[in-house]
Amino acid sequence: MSRFVPVLAVVAALAVAGCSSSDPGASDGESTGTSGPAAPEVTGDLTVFAAASLTETFTELGENFEAANPEVSVTFNFAGSSALAKQINEGAPADVFASAAPRNMTETTDTGAVTADPVTFVTNTLEIAVPAGNPAGVTGLADFGKEDLKIGLCAEQVPCGAASKKVFEAAGVTPAPDTLEQDVKAVLTKVSLGEVDAALVYRTDVKAAGDKVEGIEFPESADAVNDYPIAPCAQAPNPQAAQAFIDYVLSQEGQAVLTEAGFGTP
Amino acid sequence: MTGRARAARRGRLPVVLAVPALIGLAFLIVPLAGLLVRAPWTSLGEQLFSEAVGQALLLSVVCASLATLVCLVLGVPLAWLLARANLPGRGVLRALVTVPLVLPPVVGGVALLLVLGRRGIIGEHLDAWFGISLPFTTAGVVIAEAFVAMPFLVISVEGALRGADPRFEEAAATLGASRWYTFRRVTLPSIAPGLVAGTVLCWARALGEFGATITFAGNFPGKTTTMPLAVYLALETDPGAAIVLSIVLLLLSVVVLVSLRDRWISTPS
Repeated sequence: MSRFVPVLAVVAALAVAGCSSSDPGASDGESTGTSGPAAPEVTGDLTVFAAASLTETFTELGENFEAANPEVSVTFNFAGSSALAKQINEGAPADVFASAAPRNMTETTDTGAVTADPVTFVTNTLEIAVPAGNPAGVTGLADFGKEDLKIGLCAEQVPCGAASKKVFEAAGVTPAPDTLEQDVKAVLTKVSLGEVDAALVYRTDVKAAGDKVEGIEFPESADAVNDYPIAPCAQAPNPQAAQAFIDYVLSQEGQAVLTEAGFGTP
Repeated sequence: MTGRARAARRGRLPVVLAVPALIGLAFLIVPLAGLLVRAPWTSLGEQLFSEAVGQALLLSVVCASLATLVCLVLGVPLAWLLARANLPGRGVLRALVTVPLVLPPVVGGVALLLVLGRRGIIGEHLDAWFGISLPFTTAGVVIAEAFVAMPFLVISVEGALRGADPRFEEAAATLGASRWYTFRRVTLPSIAPGLVAGTVLCWARALGEFGATITFAGNFPGKTTTMPLAVYLALETDPGAAIVLSIVLLLLSVVVLVSLRDRWISTPS
């Protein structure tokens, strides 16, 4: 019997370790704007669910928005668009949803979690990404059919994979991938570590990766332009701030930040 | 009679323990029930017998078993070293062994790439000298799973070793048994329950491994797409299919764990 005790102790220790991760703590204290209907002063907490590819730009936009509206505190939840759509459909307390693909936005409008008409705020196109120095001498989409090169692509189930499929069809190339990654950032990691010779990612990702990754443009990318829609959530705890943030993203100032990062204007 | 009374008293659980125990049980079981409630039972059959699922399932079982084997071969001696050898800085070593437990698996995968990848510290030479490249291969899956799962085995076995009575080993030694013979014939049998528990934990962890696997070994059907990877990607487009795949994985692990338990863990009466 006694020899079971250490094993139990270990199991208990593991259980404790597993529980100790920090609590996400969703706080939405004073959520409703209380001012008159004429000029709604935006106050309170604003929760924005945004696609992972918007991490850098939206963080910057959020800081600018907070600077312009000192009464507002913006919190972001960055993840894959489909995961975000599921969280919103399951009742996550989001004010704004910015998706990297219309399909994931439709998932939320289908269930009524988003009732407003989504607006396309930016577009993104694919680019070939190669490790710095382009060791395999990749020049275009045709190289993706070569068996001896290590090729990384997004899985067809995620937006960048669906877009990749479209450009390969347009170019008449049958790719020979070694891995089908779960999101575009994972593909980019493989490129920046030099594990793959070439990959297809978004233009903005190549820009964000700095000098570890080089981008090669190709003409067929025009066949798969990805629209990014944004909309307030139906159950938004702070609808005034949600609309104000969306207006800011669509404003000239907001669009300037986005185009600087490599996004296209719709 | 007194014996029976004592047994009855022992049988009644104190409320202080029983209530949190039941809450704990519910905490673990309710999410599983959620999966079962939401499962699209009507399409279960066609999902189950699709080629992609069969392939992923087979790959998962093979890789998890190979990873467990690797963990046993390397992990049991490591546990013995931690429990019995008089090493300086043993506490630090013990903490280092648990690193893969604390590390987010995706970070573990990146760490493996930095060491064993094509441009990694060791992987560079593997590639240059032997033409071996581990990422994007089934061997890569086994390595990633073993990396994440080994601490479970080492900690369990080390705990069992430290709880075992060293007098039996000493007795064997005085009777002239070599250390290796003592280890095989005295130590191992005495820690069997801890060893089996550790092996089971290790196998289960390897079977469910996702982050390190997809980061280090990538995802390619038939080569590196294990069930957790298939579940994750199915979740993107078809949550129903993802639930079915999870249930398949769940059933498989429950069947294996229960049958193992009956065979090896049950104490002979």
